[in-house]
Amino acid sequence: MTVAERGFDPGAAAAEATGRILHDTLHGQARGVVVDSPPGAGKSTLVVRAALELAAAGRPLMVVAQTNAQVDDLVVRLAEKEPDLPVGRLHSSDADPYDKSLDDLPNVRKSSKAGDLAGLDVVLSTAAKWAHVKDVEPWGHAIVDEAYQMRSDALLAVAGLFERALFVGDPGQLDPFAIADSGQWAGLSYDPSASAVTTLLAHNPELPQHRLPVSWRLPASAAPLVSDAFYPYTPFRSGTDHGDRRLSFGVPSDGSAPDGALDEAAEAGWALLELPARHTPRTDPEAVRAVAQVVRRLLDRGGAATSERSPDPVPLTAARIAVGTAHRDQAAAVRAALSELGVTGVAVDTANRLQGREFDVTVVLHPLSGRPDATAFHLETGRLCVLASRHRHACIVVCRAGVTDLLDEHPSTEPVQLGVTVKFPDGWEANHAVLTHLGEHRVVWRP
Amino acid sequence: MSLIATLARLEAVETGRAAPLATVRHRHLSERPLVLVPLTTSGEAGAPLGALVGTDREAPRLLVVPQPRDRELRFAFLAELADAVLPHLDAYADEVEAAERNETDPETGKKVKVEVELCADAPQIVVPGRAAIDFVRLLGRSMRFRRTAEQDPDTPHPAPPRVPLLGRWLTHYGERARVPGSALLLAATDLLGRHWATGQSSLEDQHLGALLAWIDPPEGASGAEAALRAELARDGDGQLLCPPAGPATDPAFDNKLLAPAIDRYDRARQALYAAQDGEAADARLGDLTRAEQEIRRLVGEQLRPTWEAVWQSLDLLRELPGAPRTADRWTRDRWSFTAHRDRVRAGEPPQPRRDDAVTAAAKLASRETAQAQLEAQEALDDPLVMAGRRLAGEAFAGEVVDVVMAWSESKRPSPRPLVTVRTDDAPHLAERAKVFRSLDGKPQSAEFVGYQADGALVLRLLDKMGRSKDPAPGSVPEKGDRVCWTLFEHDQRGGPRLPDPEATPWTHGGPPGTDAEHPDPLTPEDLL
Repeated sequence: MTVAERGFDPGAAAAEATGRILHDTLHGQARGVVVDSPPGAGKSTLVVRAALELAAAGRPLMVVAQTNAQVDDLVVRLAEKEPDLPVGRLHSSDADPYDKSLDDLPNVRKSSKAGDLAGLDVVLSTAAKWAHVKDVEPWGHAIVDEAYQMRSDALLAVAGLFERALFVGDPGQLDPFAIADSGQWAGLSYDPSASAVTTLLAHNPELPQHRLPVSWRLPASAAPLVSDAFYPYTPFRSGTDHGDRRLSFGVPSDGSAPDGALDEAAEAGWALLELPARHTPRTDPEAVRAVAQVVRRLLDRGGAATSERSPDPVPLTAARIAVGTAHRDQAAAVRAALSELGVTGVAVDTANRLQGREFDVTVVLHPLSGRPDATAFHLETGRLCVLASRHRHACIVVCRAGVTDLLDEHPSTEPVQLGVTVKFPDGWEANHAVLTHLGEHRVVWRP
Repeated sequence: MSLIATLARLEAVETGRAAPLATVRHRHLSERPLVLVPLTTSGEAGAPLGALVGTDREAPRLLVVPQPRDRELRFAFLAELADAVLPHLDAYADEVEAAERNETDPETGKKVKVEVELCADAPQIVVPGRAAIDFVRLLGRSMRFRRTAEQDPDTPHPAPPRVPLLGRWLTHYGERARVPGSALLLAATDLLGRHWATGQSSLEDQHLGALLAWIDPPEGASGAEAALRAELARDGDGQLLCPPAGPATDPAFDNKLLAPAIDRYDRARQALYAAQDGEAADARLGDLTRAEQEIRRLVGEQLRPTWEAVWQSLDLLRELPGAPRTADRWTRDRWSFTAHRDRVRAGEPPQPRRDDAVTAAAKLASRETAQAQLEAQEALDDPLVMAGRRLAGEAFAGEVVDVVMAWSESKRPSPRPLVTVRTDDAPHLAERAKVFRSLDGKPQSAEFVGYQADGALVLRLLDKMGRSKDPAPGSVPEKGDRVCWTLFEHDQRGGPRLPDPEATPWTHGGPPGTDAEHPDPLTPEDLL
């Protein structure tokens, strides 16, 4: 599937979808509208636009996001688009509850009490903070952002605050989780540990559902793989074509394996740097060092990214690179290895924390690398999907050989719960799909 | 599995003996626990076969169902079980102390303190393993909707008087066992597994006999050998020397011993029914009694080793000193017991079959709070558990090498001293991460400022230093002090208040129906 099929105009397709969503939101009869958005499909842009149109129509609006960073980001985007709009930022009473840059925005009022923000056109906060708001006049409309990452019980706590709502989110990313066992409620339509959208649709199956059809982030080399592997029944395309984006290096390869992987990634958009098979501790020192060296070389070789955003190549700086891991201790080990090599400013984090972020190049330590077993945690579809869909140009995966065999030895054995919708694809299949594709861009590690 | 638990298992493999995972006992143990060892009939879910129950190790009460497919006999068993368990629960219900609880005044909406009763102690039930906890839950489920003849004279198969009440209590205990750190209903395998690591997998640890063999092997044998023997060794008749802790029985026992005995019992009963005159009936009643005695002997022999193993587990655990914060968690268990006592006394209906949306969300929230609290409390109570957290980068201990006084920039400056700590641990500290230490049992928080050139950490103390400009004496660590800091919070904030079930929003299907739950209707498929 290539993008430039005759007759497909990504801009027009996206605009048409957005138009339908806004129409249902503003003029529809349903109490809720659900929008599925693949990675980088302009979810935040849609939220900002819907918020502005609802505000312009004189509908009091509350916005529910999941983290403080997401709320602050939306506030800044709203203020950029419409500096005169009266916006309220409801925050917690902890120290430093919001980003200091909000203090420079004249029309953004900030308070830890919902009463202080009454009457403002748009009030934004996290689901956790909204849950504590009591005894206020309900809002006519709400936008729930990242609704697939919100738990059903969090929606239960805030749903009394609004009459109607637009739910926006990415179904392919990590599901919410509970730290206590919630098995006894599995299969109930309101299982508190399920995602908010699952519960919402179980009780209101007639709600209109839309999806955004174009990923503006993922390059033409990545969209087909991510779409096939993680969204087999709701395919999407990239907004750019092959050749629209280019990654180049000022310094030629020194012949080492990391440089080979970089060249392959620049050419194909993907590279698999494969270390010899071995069972290792989670913080596999060799793999961690390989990740750090790839990042070091990425910076040393004077990478430059050409894209539709600007006609001239933009230097690839540390801020445009991310390293993704499955576990926090792996991220810590990579950070330590990077600082040994004198690299600073590169975002190194787990899949959970990289959700919603965008970079030019990502380096991923494969969740199954070096493992003797494949647990449900490591097989989770969302984890791999997040790691494989953060990049605008290229993604380099560092992994030990033998993961395919590992997968074959560990078919998923989770108990089947009655009444639970089976999620497709399962992590096992998605992992195989990604590995098969990566296998075509394999560079074998030479010490 | 944490790194330290993996290391402990490796150590156990090497030494052939279980390695300690804790230096103190992390669960409350009652002075007089009620031990319950149930057995179920294979192939008949919910049909109990027998049980040993009691508070006296030397005098357990043996309950047996000679023909588990006979409803009357099962009811007789459940009535006997109620007779054995309920007096033990009742004994705790009336010894109360005065306590206060925050409640919202329905008229003013303000929080007021209400004087309430709190049971001074609560009855504790100990079973052999997790499967037995599930079985307790199943028994509770099968009994609590039953109707007695007194409740409903028309009910086709009335249950003996106290059986529905036992069902409600067992349901409550089974549900409470799902709360992390609770101790109303405990499984011996969980208790032992929390405190010792064996050289086998956690699945194998579910075998109480094998688990005990690793922890307390017989003289001269290694834990691994003893565990293998506990799992596999059979006598000349092919029977396991260490029968499974149940509720499932060993197939060899079922096939070779139990099934023939039940057959003999059935034949004796049929013969008794067929008896023509009183003399023949007397003789056949003797046969029936003998057949029943034989089943009781067989079931008792299966149960007795497990009964001993549970008590041995309790002995082993009692050798460890109790962790201080178990008392706090036990108080919550007492509240739980008192609350259910009040619900029963107020004549409320039995627990519904399924939780409604609000109840499910509230339960999950409270269990997540309990889980986080348990993890924090265990680490604060036990240096060995804290070592595991330190190894995982979630805590660090070190020596204070410098303290520099500083103040906050406000009209009334508060103390914000900078404390430099040197540690060999490698905590995962993000920028401006918060850390906590225990100061006289209360958490004092500090903020991570940065690393010094030599790798020492600089922290800024944030609270618990009093109201004056200078910190209260003893509230700031001094140079040379060894302090342990955690990256996790010591106390847990409760979640937000959820709507009342009657106000369940449209996203969750609206308010639940108000009809009382009815027992499952009898269908032609109901053979039991």
